[in-house]
Amino acid sequence: MAFTPVSALIGGALIGASASMMLALNGRIAGISGVLGGLVRPQRGDVEWRITFMAGLLAGGVLLALAYPRALLATSASPIALTVIAGLLVGFGTQLGGGCTSGHGVCGISRFSMRSILATLTFMATGALAAFIVQHVLGSAS
Amino acid sequence: MKQKLVTFIAGVVFAVGLGISGMTNPAKVIGFLDVTGAWDPSLAFVMGGAIGIHVLVAQWAKKAQRPLWADAFVLPTRADIDGRLLAGAALFGLGWGTAGYCPGPALVSLVGLTTGALTFCASMIAGIAAFHGFAATRRERADESNSTRT
Repeated sequence: MAFTPVSALIGGALIGASASMMLALNGRIAGISGVLGGLVRPQRGDVEWRITFMAGLLAGGVLLALAYPRALLATSASPIALTVIAGLLVGFGTQLGGGCTSGHGVCGISRFSMRSILATLTFMATGALAAFIVQHVLGSAS
Repeated sequence: MKQKLVTFIAGVVFAVGLGISGMTNPAKVIGFLDVTGAWDPSLAFVMGGAIGIHVLVAQWAKKAQRPLWADAFVLPTRADIDGRLLAGAALFGLGWGTAGYCPGPALVSLVGLTTGALTFCASMIAGIAAFHGFAATRRERADESNSTRT
């Protein structure tokens, strides 16, 4: 893959701006696994904002599909059976660990939360391990 | 109403940011995580850009009495490091490094209707539901053992 630090920084800044709007104006954490988790197990009075955020996320996806379709056409980095296992792990793991790349990696680290710093180091390390195994040991790269 | 509007806009901006940054491309994510391959450090800049902006607001929020448009902040309060945090993060990382999708990019990619994104999101939601089933069972067991003890 080509090294793309500028688009990565711009995209990252937009993610940071989004999280900042949610926190400064509404007082909420823009952690995607948390927002989604609260929809899978809905609590009274705590559903509408989550649906609204998800609707925005999908509307953003539609904007991308129109203006920058390349962003959405890539697909899972592993064969379908592994993708199923990966999805289960991500779903279960983010709920057990209380966050994902956005909730821990962006919002938590920005609050200097030790829990989030350790969680991020952990998922980066196991992410690197899984990528190594899938790409080189199982050889799905070939 | 303005709170709802800002929530929607935040979702849109988040999705566009993910798309521009490269996070919605699983091959790019794997290129970042697989440090033994042809390593592409780009995605470290996503985190750098996001934290660089958000740290200012997050640190302000620590001192502020309340958010600008709502009555109170809804923030995590736990500070202890426990096994669930680390085990959960470890499992999440294994899934992320396998498929190259984390929750946000996977949901945004649903719009592209690729088999990979659809499959991943369906199993991710099943994983979330499985966790909540598991957590509810544990709570029931704890309640039962409490009631037998008393």
